Amino acid sequence: MLHDIISIRDFEKKDIEEILFTAKKMEQYVDNGTTLAKGKILSMLFFEPSTRTMMSFQSAMERLGGSVIGFSDTSTTSVKKGETLIDTVSTMDQYSDVMVIRNPLEGSARLAAEVAEIPVINAGDGTNQHPTQTLLDLYTIKKEFGSIDGLKIAMVGDLKYGRTVHSLAYALSMYNVELVLVSPRELRMPEDITEHLKDTIPYIEIVALEDLPKVDLVYVTRIQKERFGDPNEYERTKNTYRIDKNSIKLLGNAKIMHPLPRVSEIAREVDTSPNAIYFKQARNGIPVRMALIATLLEVLP
Amino acid sequence: MKKRELKVSAINNGTVIDHIRPGNAFKVIKILHLDNYKDTITITSNVPSGVTGRKDIVKVENRALSPEEVSSIALVSPEATVNIIKDYEVIEKGNINLPETIYNIIACTNPLCITNHEDVPTVFNVERTNPLVLRCQYCERKMTEKDIIKVMG
Ligand SMILES: [Zn+2]
Repeated sequence: MLHDIISIRDFEKKDIEEILFTAKKMEQYVDNGTTLAKGKILSMLFFEPSTRTMMSFQSAMERLGGSVIGFSDTSTTSVKKGETLIDTVSTMDQYSDVMVIRNPLEGSARLAAEVAEIPVINAGDGTNQHPTQTLLDLYTIKKEFGSIDGLKIAMVGDLKYGRTVHSLAYALSMYNVELVLVSPRELRMPEDITEHLKDTIPYIEIVALEDLPKVDLVYVTRIQKERFGDPNEYERTKNTYRIDKNSIKLLGNAKIMHPLPRVSEIAREVDTSPNAIYFKQARNGIPVRMALIATLLEVLP
Repeated sequence: MKKRELKVSAINNGTVIDHIRPGNAFKVIKILHLDNYKDTITITSNVPSGVTGRKDIVKVENRALSPEEVSSIALVSPEATVNIIKDYEVIEKGNINLPETIYNIIACTNPLCITNHEDVPTVFNVERTNPLVLRCQYCERKMTEKDIIKVMG
């Protein structure tokens, strides 16, 4: 097993499968907790705020019976006084047993893992990687369909800047799946990823949601305003890929996932449809993060 | 013919790096960290050559650099050869092979890469050789031959 969780590129299929298997075992502790990690401390180094991710890790560690220290606002820490990442990581290395880091600079988690002796989990390094999101996405798919192999999966929206879909596409290429990439031409999946897909799994690229073939799952991403120079172009694109009570008919029985938080890509009226599984997906972050923490701390039952 | 041979090997002791792509001699010196070398370094630019049309040559006096030591210059001149000279004779001759990792030689082109913000050496893994593609071990961005020439200045 890996010593740190930094990038989905470090994973082999067997590593992923092991985490998904352990996550399933953790389900029994999600409601009532356990004492597997009693006496252990998880430190959170959030150099940029991400309340959702942070609380998900905190919840996971507390369910495991451990405790949490850390910061999510660098204005009150020595980081503000110009302390280097290396020094901050070295200090927290002494105070805790496992470390979760989020930093907007790309490669920061890799550097932290080189510096720290304790295991390091990457909770997002800029536009690069967010591997725990990818693992919880895979866990959600497996839980929903029983198996990842054999599925046809569409990814919809901003495929250019969405790091979630980059990592997910990379991870899915280890399975026997087909991908349908749906995006405006200017927000297509980067060549770096499609080149890898060419060598591994079948995929097609389409522009219009109307052209979507029958798929098992639709993974919707956020379309961010700041990616567009022209605000009209943003409005037009946003509406083209919006899932609401009308456009949902184009999806057939396909399940809908979204990394959350959403802006307006999915209308509230879709939440109660049997297609929507994005709140279940968010909840799955707990057993998956419990599995990762318990595995790295070597406190598995 | 004789004249050209003289040009290449006319040092007493040291290393001659031959068949450098024209215009890349200074990059080779930079990669080898020879900018502040105390002894003589001779650079010959744009020499006619049967192999690549034109070439640069770098001669480093009184220092024997093995092909392994200089392997990273393949980043800018994969066809270069290394000749170690002793008493005006070539005692060792070899081609260079790019190593699997490029350690602390070039900067990452990604301005948001941690290596451009913390005092740490850069590490690139060679993903492909022809055409050359490197991947930053930190930010995981790809670097092409064009990017490499750009960051070398
Ligand atoms: Zn980099």
